[in-house]
Amino acid sequence: MELIKTANGLEIPAADSKIPEGPVAEKWTNYKDHQKLVNPANKRKLSVIVVGTGLAGASAASTLAEMGFNVLNFCIQDSPRRAHSIAAQGGINAAKNYQNDGDSVYRLFYDTVKGGDYRAREANVYRLAEVANNIIDQCVAQGVPFAREYGGLLANRSFGGAQVSRTFYAKGQTGQQLLLGAYSSLNRQIELGKVKSFNRYEMHDVVMVDGRARGIIAKNLVTGEFERFAAHAVVLATGGYGNTYFLSTNAMSCNCSAAVAAYRKGAYFANPAFVQIHPTCIPVHGDKQSKLTLMSESLRNDGRIWVPKNIDDAKKLQAGEIKGSDIPEEDRDYYLERRYPAFGNLVPRDVASRAAKERCDKGYGVNNTGLAVFLDFSEAINRLGLDTVRQRYGNLFDMYEEITDVNPGELGKELNGVKYYNPMMIFPAIHYTMGGLWVDYELQTSLKGLFAIGECNFSDHGANRLGASALMQGLADGYFVLPYTIQNYLSDQISVPCPSTSLPEFDAAEKACREYQAQLLSINGKRSVDSIHKELGHVMWEYVGMARTKESLETALAKLKEIRKSFEYDLYVPGTAEGYNNELDKAFRLRDFITMGELIAYDALNRNESCGGHFREEYQTEEGEAKRDDENFFYVSCWDYQGSDEKAPELIKEPLHYEAIKVQTRNYKS
Amino acid sequence: MSQMKVTLRVWRQAGPKAKGDFKNYDVVTDSDTSFLETLDILNEQLVENREEPIAFDSDCREGICGMCSLYINGHPHGPATGATTCQLYMRRFKDGETITVEPWRSAAFPVIKDLIVDRNAFDKIQQAGGYVSFNCGGAQDANNLPISKEAADMAMDSATCIGCGACVAACKNGSAMLFVSAKVSQFALLPQGQVERARRARKMVAKMDELGFGNCTNTGACAAECPKNISLSNIARLNREFIKAKFAE
Repeated sequence: MELIKTANGLEIPAADSKIPEGPVAEKWTNYKDHQKLVNPANKRKLSVIVVGTGLAGASAASTLAEMGFNVLNFCIQDSPRRAHSIAAQGGINAAKNYQNDGDSVYRLFYDTVKGGDYRAREANVYRLAEVANNIIDQCVAQGVPFAREYGGLLANRSFGGAQVSRTFYAKGQTGQQLLLGAYSSLNRQIELGKVKSFNRYEMHDVVMVDGRARGIIAKNLVTGEFERFAAHAVVLATGGYGNTYFLSTNAMSCNCSAAVAAYRKGAYFANPAFVQIHPTCIPVHGDKQSKLTLMSESLRNDGRIWVPKNIDDAKKLQAGEIKGSDIPEEDRDYYLERRYPAFGNLVPRDVASRAAKERCDKGYGVNNTGLAVFLDFSEAINRLGLDTVRQRYGNLFDMYEEITDVNPGELGKELNGVKYYNPMMIFPAIHYTMGGLWVDYELQTSLKGLFAIGECNFSDHGANRLGASALMQGLADGYFVLPYTIQNYLSDQISVPCPSTSLPEFDAAEKACREYQAQLLSINGKRSVDSIHKELGHVMWEYVGMARTKESLETALAKLKEIRKSFEYDLYVPGTAEGYNNELDKAFRLRDFITMGELIAYDALNRNESCGGHFREEYQTEEGEAKRDDENFFYVSCWDYQGSDEKAPELIKEPLHYEAIKVQTRNYKS
Repeated sequence: MSQMKVTLRVWRQAGPKAKGDFKNYDVVTDSDTSFLETLDILNEQLVENREEPIAFDSDCREGICGMCSLYINGHPHGPATGATTCQLYMRRFKDGETITVEPWRSAAFPVIKDLIVDRNAFDKIQQAGGYVSFNCGGAQDANNLPISKEAADMAMDSATCIGCGACVAACKNGSAMLFVSAKVSQFALLPQGQVERARRARKMVAKMDELGFGNCTNTGACAAECPKNISLSNIARLNREFIKAKFAE
């Protein structure tokens, strides 16, 4: 086992990623050829809990059930179909090379590793790229209505960080269609009795028996009861922690409590500082906003991002004296095309977000807050006609108009014979979290029998995720990876009976949930859950957001301590423990968001480099690009809970090993 | 952006068996704030006054998950067409207006609390046959089976149903025909759905009837109120599919 020297000279074991032997392109085949399997008769004796019904959860639950395992599946909404994967707009990547533009598994692998700024685990990413093609086949077979060409074959478009067209899509609703595909497979297994589905349930704790995850405590959100569920293994597919920032593109119920519960039980939390800030969201407009709305990255296929060249124009825009369409072509600064000629408007998200911030910081923002840039379709509409552009993005234009009262397809002005249409205003917002529960190659966390899939784990996107790769990873994990790797764990469990929920471990876990609930209801302070959550979000965005410094992170940690105090002593939760009580449920989640906020800040403070979505102002090139430090930070940060939320977690490292790809500075310029 | 003061006349009901009633609340909001955010503001006010907040469903808040519901001023998802409640902005209302907010009303969707209803019946209909029976792992290459763009686009239009239940709430009979027909149509239009075509139509319709949804009288309120503009022609197709399936029995 590999040993790591800690700061005080101790040698501790590195987190063991269990990467199989052999060249990177053969690892997954080698693994599958040699892993242990469970025979059909024994599968019937084994049960698996899957928490979550998004792309990862629904696909894993249905596939495990198809194989013959008994599955208990939980979702927080009123139906599995509503998990937040449904909101993914743009598409899903796969290296089919249907467009004959030179795509290959290796290229998808390479683009993903490079897009992640060389902080992903190489072997996992290769496997992801390898199974991506099967996902498209699987989804088409389910009846997912992907966009097609007139000849009847599948259509593709381009996404950020790639020079090929490898993104499959279903209008601007790809996540919806893929999720409904997984949901249909899940429904078939529910009907067949292989999946038991629990809606409006929220996981509160993972129950460990003899050092293995053997069940969960989940709250029935309608009755308010805590209930116990036992199984041979537990799979978390509970998404990311973006809502730590209060305002994000995540749904209202997205939370990190299941992951944090696992972390408190000893599962390592990996790379929490790697948070994705998506460049094209509708800007914040007031303090009453409950969430931010994403405008799909696919818009960057035809939309051009710009701010005025002249600061005076920017000032007039900010004062509302002129509109974007009043500014002629020669006075527009298409700063992405200027800075990154090779990739232009299709640079990866972290690069596009930082570039927008850089322009706004310099005073070139285009709305009343100065925190917005334009996304303009004039050139595309003039080239293709409004009908074609609307065919591609009509639902996004409508969505934008509904929220902002501005129609991006409307002619603004004609200057010197050029037609200028109303541009959209966009600004970066928290969207996705690359960090998550640490998992090994088998997607098992550092707790035996506890697995994490989809956004909930950390392994495939490094420090920045490319567009259309979240859907790919969620479905890869759920359809093609976990259903195999979990058997390697379950194979020696075939003679173990399913544990009883009357075991003392279940008693203790449920009692702890009840006691904490009583505590929350008895604080009887003055502040609502949302008021404290908004304060947390503000601190996270200001000090742990797009640009971080040692000072800002230390300030954040100090402020988070105060916020925790407010939460513990000044919270008011109305109602009782019985029945539906959303304020109470939000209070539970907020406690974990605060812990998560600290974890993000600790990790960001430790990582003295800039890479991907993690930008430390101290570490940048003269041109303002992220400056990595491969000598000192070429590792996965794994944070180990120290028994109390008050204590700082301890760092364990998983060194990265690259065999197939040469680590170099990311270049999107040439 | 302009400030607005509205009166929300909201249905309050403590639980499934409890008797419900309307209660009036005054809220100050503004034209750029969404309707659900206005409910958030009201709930913050209620919590501050030590009253119980109004229970309502919402999740993605961008019109795609289908979690939000609400019958607003006599319309499912309120006055805007082609949009869900979460996509409804206050600029659609007048300053000083009284806005009536009710849950979906249908025998098949019992009230859980206040504005929240139980839509489990929709899942059960999907479980009865809303899928292609196919196990993961055995699929052929996706491009081995060309599908005409027209068929794919039509299937996509049907598949955009978000399962919110507005069609049932809008229907005087509480029928789920638009919902069921959207799924049956999606698969009837695609080659993948052919093998189980008749069986699917039979099973989904039988389940819908069993769960207490009403009959369709082709009034068209469902399609008029559908936030995703699911077309009434889906119901015509379902009727054809169902009759064909019956004859084939």
